[in-house]
Amino acid sequence: MKQQIYKPASAFRLITVILVLLSVTLVLVWRAVDLHVVRKAFLQDQGDSRYLRELPLAAHRGMITDRHGEPLAISTPVDSVWVNPAEFATAQPEWPRLARLLNLDVNEIAQKISQRQDKEFVYIKRHVEPARAKRIMELGIPGISLQREYHRYYPMAEVASHVVGFTNIDDQGQEGLELAFDGWLSGEAGSQRVIRDRLGRVVKHVELLKKPRPGKNLTLSIDRRLQYLAYRELKRAVMSNRAQSGSAVILDVRTGEVLAMVNQPAYNPNNRGNLQSQKVRNRAVADVFEPGSTIKPFTVIAALQSEDYSANSVIDTSPGYYQVRGNTIRDIRNYGKINLTRLIKKSSNVGASKLALSLEPEKIWHVFDQMGFGMPTSSGFPGETGGLLKPAVTWAEIEQATLAFGYGLSVTPLQLAKAYAAIANQGVINPVSFVREDEPVQGRRVIDAEVANTMTRMLESVTNEGGTGTRARVPGYRVAGKTGTVKKITSEGYTGDKYIAVFAGMAPASDPRIAMVVTINEPTGDDYYGGQVAAPVFSRVMGGALRLFDIAPDNLMDDKIKFASLPNKAAGEHP
Amino acid sequence: MSLTDSHQFANENRISAGRQLLQRLHLDFPLLLGLLILAIIGGFVLYSASDRDADLLVRHALRFLVGFILMVALAQLRPETIRVWSPWLFGMGLILLLAVLLVGQAGGGAQRWLNFGLFRFQPSEIMKIAVPMMIAWYLCKTAIPPSPGRLLISILLLVVPTLLIARQPDLGTALLIACAGFFVLFLAGLGWKLIIGALLVLIASTPLIWNYLLHDYQQQRVLTFINPEIEPLGSGYHIIQSTIAIGSGGIYGKGWLNGTQAHLDFLPERSTDFIFAVFGEEFGLLGALVLLLLYGILIARGMLIAARAQNTYSRLLAGSLILTFFIYVLVNIGMVSGLLPVVGVPLPLISYGGTSIVTLLAGFGILMSIQTHRRLIST
Repeated sequence: MKQQIYKPASAFRLITVILVLLSVTLVLVWRAVDLHVVRKAFLQDQGDSRYLRELPLAAHRGMITDRHGEPLAISTPVDSVWVNPAEFATAQPEWPRLARLLNLDVNEIAQKISQRQDKEFVYIKRHVEPARAKRIMELGIPGISLQREYHRYYPMAEVASHVVGFTNIDDQGQEGLELAFDGWLSGEAGSQRVIRDRLGRVVKHVELLKKPRPGKNLTLSIDRRLQYLAYRELKRAVMSNRAQSGSAVILDVRTGEVLAMVNQPAYNPNNRGNLQSQKVRNRAVADVFEPGSTIKPFTVIAALQSEDYSANSVIDTSPGYYQVRGNTIRDIRNYGKINLTRLIKKSSNVGASKLALSLEPEKIWHVFDQMGFGMPTSSGFPGETGGLLKPAVTWAEIEQATLAFGYGLSVTPLQLAKAYAAIANQGVINPVSFVREDEPVQGRRVIDAEVANTMTRMLESVTNEGGTGTRARVPGYRVAGKTGTVKKITSEGYTGDKYIAVFAGMAPASDPRIAMVVTINEPTGDDYYGGQVAAPVFSRVMGGALRLFDIAPDNLMDDKIKFASLPNKAAGEHP
Repeated sequence: MSLTDSHQFANENRISAGRQLLQRLHLDFPLLLGLLILAIIGGFVLYSASDRDADLLVRHALRFLVGFILMVALAQLRPETIRVWSPWLFGMGLILLLAVLLVGQAGGGAQRWLNFGLFRFQPSEIMKIAVPMMIAWYLCKTAIPPSPGRLLISILLLVVPTLLIARQPDLGTALLIACAGFFVLFLAGLGWKLIIGALLVLIASTPLIWNYLLHDYQQQRVLTFINPEIEPLGSGYHIIQSTIAIGSGGIYGKGWLNGTQAHLDFLPERSTDFIFAVFGEEFGLLGALVLLLLYGILIARGMLIAARAQNTYSRLLAGSLILTFFIYVLVNIGMVSGLLPVVGVPLPLISYGGTSIVTLLAGFGILMSIQTHRRLIST
């Protein structure tokens, strides 16, 4: 047993080996303790951050409705299809099936993927109807995921496009009231914690961190039916007069609410493929024009307020033209000696400028300023402009004369409507609102009630026999208003033959409830006078508005009440 | 001085009937038990790491079966027979290695395989055993410690196959073979001055090794080992993910099949070289310590067998084999836990794949042969 034919290993060498083994093993043990215990929290945290992810949960955007709760903008749930390119690339033979379901070209998909090889998240198609998205997921192609989003639909399409505006694909307001009330409409995105694997696929929903808070609904002052009527009539007038563009604004006289606001040309917010800014612009608040004769009532108001004049004060307009510092101001014909009512009815430029020159410039400026010309209304509509009204001290004599009949200042259709609504509201101006007002509105008196009422009666004469605006009449109602045929300024001055036809007015004249402005820009047909082009639009839309709002007729003696109003052929005179 | 003494021999006389049976089969009980426990643990971990891939588990078990058969077969051989075979095995291995370089098949970016029609074969695996056998055989022809001339030839026997394998490239295997050869030389009484000198030469030649011996990806691995955050999504990714997996297991682990890093696909190579990370995540510190203890028992038993071997050849070979086994454990766990650069060394007997399981079990077969034929010689 004791026979040992081998040479024993040296003790030192063996001990060395054992010591090295032990110490190295200790290092491994130390490292294990280091990782498992000392750095555990840090490493666990790191691990969690690699597979626990916070994902946003889209919030439902509030609905926009008209004043009666009819939808103007609604969000519906959709699914956006996205892929993880690395994983998706393994299923290339399946791509044509996916492309067919998505109405995409396979090459388009391939291009999207190849451009974003290094990403982990690439949209293939956004906003797909849930039913179709479900069919896509049923294909079982690896690497595809869905993300819940909301798509905005605009049931009224182009009819309310300018007022409502639109959102972008990420549900943020871009134009119109969608932009103005973005904070109110957009909710607060929530978040959830999910477990994701290395390829970004959601493996498990862990917890809801924050519930998405849906946005609030917005009730506009717009009346959907009136909006539609106004749109239809404006579009018809712009087309039949081969005009460049047009706008119509309808205000509730007592509250300052915008009941309808339409423009031509318009766009379809549901199909924003090729938006052109000239179609998107809300001309009723963004475009200014020289108001022309529609400003004359405010010149006359300045005169009436000065107490030097009354409705019966007489001005001599003969011989139908008049020189101011070498400039000639003309009427269409010689009206002779006329009182202020007739000045409005016939729209005499000579009368208005003579009247203005007899007043202190500040008095006129004060009235214009009080009406809100030269500054944006407080509507808060994005892109609203204020027009131009120069301070009275800078007015030259000729400026004072031309301002009297609406040249030398610029206004927006909304501003003009607001000012006419103030006349209609017995001299109390209301702030303009696009949102339905449920509380009584606190207005501000800017014209004496008596002067305002006098002006309303003067404006009523415009639609009476012999006035310039007879075509604005509404059967069964008394209508007050003013025509305007504005020569557009061009690079050569007021020499061209480009016009803006305007009609501004209110009804029923005995107790006005609705104020309205219609502008038709550059009509190129035979007619271009405000009384010919804009007044008929006013008549039809105002007629509809009065019926829609169930406003009692105040002219039942009118023998023209019929089931359908026929165009009045009796041509009035025009400024 | 001998570690064996009469006390231990007395114990051997009181062996039970079961042990007698094992002795007759030439199997060593502690080694066999340790290997079986490791195999079972490995099966469980692999099942989890492969996302419950039963097919993969079956293939793994088949390799184990082949390995066990080879182990039992080798255990029947007398150490003397093994010694005589040494140069032939080495010669054959060398020829196959050259064949690989000339006609071998590339797999996974490296040329390591020989295809024999029915099966593919990695000749470098043979060399893991053949190199220590050859050097031990050569050194034992004369008295040890060896003369400088024989030492030089031994070093050549070590360096040539190592370089051939490193060129494939298979740095992990080359490293293991270099270690195996070195352990033989060391146990044969390589002078300390020489060892220290060689170490200094090695350190001095680091730039040469870096520039001429290491491939780009190997250089990259070393760089990322020094600072894994250089390229957290590139080559540093392995190390960052595996340390996270291990650490997030904590003391008790997340439980079998519950590791998130592994199952959510964050951990690369998780059923092969990086399986220790899966193990660490699911079984925690306690699991890791138990595993280290099991390896420790095997190594201690192997060392004991080496120390009690009855001739120089057996002692050198046994010592080298068991120390190489230790290197396996050290390099793999060190690499997965971020202590060493990433070198392709599997966790012995647990990692899936390769022929390393067969080779390792063959090595244990040789150890068993040395242990169980001891008394036959001495009586």
